[in-house]
Amino acid sequence: MFDNFDLMVAALWDGLFTTIWVTLASFAIALVIGAILAVMHVSPAPPARWAANAYTQTFRNVPLLAVLFILFFGFPKIGISAENWVWALVGLGTYTGAFVGETLRSGINSIPLGQAEAARSIGLTFGQSLSSVILPQAFRSVIAPIGTLLTALVKNSALVLAIGVPELSAQAQRLINDNRDRFDLWAVIIGVLISYLIVNLIISYFVRLAEKRAVFVR
Amino acid sequence: MEETQPKTPMVAISGVNKYFGDLHALRDIDLTVDESEVVVLIGPSGSGKSTLCRTINRLETTDSGSITVNGRPLPEEGRALAELRADVGMVFQHFNLFAHLTVLENVTLGPIKVRRQSKAKAEERARALLDRVGLSDKASSYPAQLSGGQQQRVAIARGLAMDPKLMMFDEPTSALDPEMINEVLDVMQDLAREGMTMVVVTHEMGFARRAANRVVFMADGQIVETATPADFFDNPQTERAQDFLSKVMTH
Ligand SMILES: Nc1ncnc2c1ncn2[C@@H]1O[C@H](COP(=O)(O)OP(=O)(O)O)[C@@H](O)[C@H]1O
Ligand SMILES: [Mg+2]
Repeated sequence: MFDNFDLMVAALWDGLFTTIWVTLASFAIALVIGAILAVMHVSPAPPARWAANAYTQTFRNVPLLAVLFILFFGFPKIGISAENWVWALVGLGTYTGAFVGETLRSGINSIPLGQAEAARSIGLTFGQSLSSVILPQAFRSVIAPIGTLLTALVKNSALVLAIGVPELSAQAQRLINDNRDRFDLWAVIIGVLISYLIVNLIISYFVRLAEKRAVFVR
Repeated sequence: MEETQPKTPMVAISGVNKYFGDLHALRDIDLTVDESEVVVLIGPSGSGKSTLCRTINRLETTDSGSITVNGRPLPEEGRALAELRADVGMVFQHFNLFAHLTVLENVTLGPIKVRRQSKAKAEERARALLDRVGLSDKASSYPAQLSGGQQQRVAIARGLAMDPKLMMFDEPTSALDPEMINEVLDVMQDLAREGMTMVVVTHEMGFARRAANRVVFMADGQIVETATPADFFDNPQTERAQDFLSKVMTH
């Protein structure tokens, strides 16, 4: 029994570790994609806005699981193959990026027009205005909703078990399905729930910290 | 007075028209501003003063006519336009300091990003400018921590840091509490005295009288009267100007 408990903890720990790095890596991808989408959303060039809209609408209206399946099963069929975890990062990152983009866009829209006019009036180009004045303020104004997206991403990352990435939920499933019935069902379930809870509590702690530090603005 | 030896004016506006939808906001505007000249734009609210200012650095586009700054036609957009704007300082009614940057960073952003100055050099100059507007002790404050008058003086320092050929002020004291108006006007008057070319929209008639070389009176999108301050205030020629002055001068 004790040996089994140790095995279980080791398996869940493994899974938790995978969940964390998959989440962080895909979040980084999502931030980059989101920033690009937000810039396209406010671009003076209509095709950039159309493309950003098309991207956003697509990912907002399709289940994440479908995105993962298309990547994992579809792409190899057209000759693009990669490891499972790559598809996991790409799927989670591109999907979450659409939401980050929308959030950032609302952040940009909340910045008073005078900020952009002042930026232009000292000779900053469109890109410089965005990167030096508008985006830094927009990021600060959406720390809380971005934190919510990160929390959702932690939970969404459970779906990559469907394409065989051994994250936390996948490990739990494996333990529960163990045909020799060695593991206590409730210990596994409670272990998994507590793991997710702790991760997300840590995230909200840091989000609140970041919010406090950004509050002097305005 | 310089008809015999024409110099390139700092700003030359000719035949400019501007519409906002059906609203004819600027009507056949002709105006030149010479180097070191201080031109004060006066007129009732909605007469197009802000719009005219904003066309000079193309924050507002025009529908016809031409504008040159220092002899160069205004570029349509892109890098060339950004370069022109760097030479034209603008001070806004609501200051528009960059909210996420300290006072010092507000003043150095343009010199570093646009003029490609080193951080050290830009900061040295910024501190000198802050000293000049009486705010050397506020370098590491954020805009939200300053009074309106202090923010506006930082905004002026931010404009000056670009070594502009021309400074424009759009009602720089209209959003200020009365006791802060003079600290801003004093800085502007010093600038005028030192020969900065300035276009100033203001309701501060005392400032106009003291600092302006020329007063331009606008109404309904048109320039109705142009005169020296003394002539304009003591002997306005048009009924519109007389009417306007009778309203603003009787407190
Ligand atoms: N962006 C805009 N869109 C539509 N109308 C505008 C805009 N900006 C200014 N106007 C209108 O143009 C006219 C001139 O405005 P403005 O130049 O701000 O006047 P002033 O600065 O003299 O008070 C006003 O009737 C104003 O309502
Ligand atoms: Mg105005």
